[in-house]
Amino acid sequence: MYNAKYIIPGIIFFLALIFVPVAYNMGKNFEVKPELPKDQKDCIEDAQTMRDKHMQILNEWRNEAVRDGNRIYVNAKGQKYVKSLTNTCMSCHADKAKFCDRCHETVGVAPYCWDCHNLTPNQKTPIPLAAMSEAGGH
Amino acid sequence: MKNTRREFLKLAAVSALGVGAGRLGFLGDAPAHAGALPTVANFEEGLKAKHWGMAIFSAKMTPELIEKCRTACHSEHNVPDIPGNKNIKWFWGASYEESFPTEHGHYLSEDVEHRQFPLLCNQCETPMCVKVCPTQATFQRPDGIVMMDFHRCIGCRYCMAGCPFGARSFNFQDPRPFIKHFNPQFPTRMRGVVEKCNFCAERLAVGKLPSCVEAAGGAIAFGDLADENSDVRKALREHFAIRRKPDAGTSPSVYYIL
Repeated sequence: MYNAKYIIPGIIFFLALIFVPVAYNMGKNFEVKPELPKDQKDCIEDAQTMRDKHMQILNEWRNEAVRDGNRIYVNAKGQKYVKSLTNTCMSCHADKAKFCDRCHETVGVAPYCWDCHNLTPNQKTPIPLAAMSEAGGH
Repeated sequence: MKNTRREFLKLAAVSALGVGAGRLGFLGDAPAHAGALPTVANFEEGLKAKHWGMAIFSAKMTPELIEKCRTACHSEHNVPDIPGNKNIKWFWGASYEESFPTEHGHYLSEDVEHRQFPLLCNQCETPMCVKVCPTQATFQRPDGIVMMDFHRCIGCRYCMAGCPFGARSFNFQDPRPFIKHFNPQFPTRMRGVVEKCNFCAERLAVGKLPSCVEAAGGAIAFGDLADENSDVRKALREHFAIRRKPDAGTSPSVYYIL
């Protein structure tokens, strides 16, 4: 091989460089503690389902509510809920910064739900995008 | 006075604190909207129809009443109040000539000539906007309502070009700073999304009539066009009514009683 004395150390250096983050985070505990609502015990589904699938559930909700006009969700226990991000989810999880953002920021996702949907059904004024750009930008 | 770097950093830290505090301002907000949250029971008694339609008693529609209906609609749906030609319209008033340009109404009676007509999305039976939408963001429900799925809108504005009634508006900018009467229970829109009247689909779902119908106090009849005994069919049976731009071939579901 031509120039092996440059290419092989170069490849080794490159591999070392891309594995630095992996090595850096090896053995570290990944833990996020979102603040749960104090006055409610149960979410619409159990915690594990919500953790794994809340994005799929919200996606299904939006299609079923807007496109099919089907606005009532029946959970695994047979309880009924209104399909609404602001009026159902956010009326319990009133503080987006302490619940949603803690996870989303840690895993580096920036859903743009809040560009349109309100943070709580109790807020007085809409929150302009400028103030949200860090949390909800895309 | 000369600023040292240390002083500048201190000032920057204090400013950052202030900006941070400003962002948290919404946390202490009290409930603004008097209405309680709609419950599952409300949604179970939602109104159903084969084909929603509207008949407007235009003689009863004064500019004041149109303004009242417009305010009711716009504050219910967080429609921003943007001055100039970037404005967003869900419900608005216009003259006879603007409303019925294909009627060629020469020598009109004074009364009709000077009348303001309330305009809104006509919820057409064969909607042009639905045909041209490349993402199916605008679609027709089985009950005739031409809905917008704001999530899917890519802002291409084909629907605005397709709509013969100018019933669609485009958000050229973030609408949130321009919302005067805010309803926290209804979402706002974002920049780059087309919007229009949705026949209050979210109100029909909880068993309420559209907010303009409620605000008009009897000047707008609303109901199922497929049902002979509905309010709207009764109004159309007893009065002469016209639709806007019949030659566009879209068959509006909004009728104007002259």
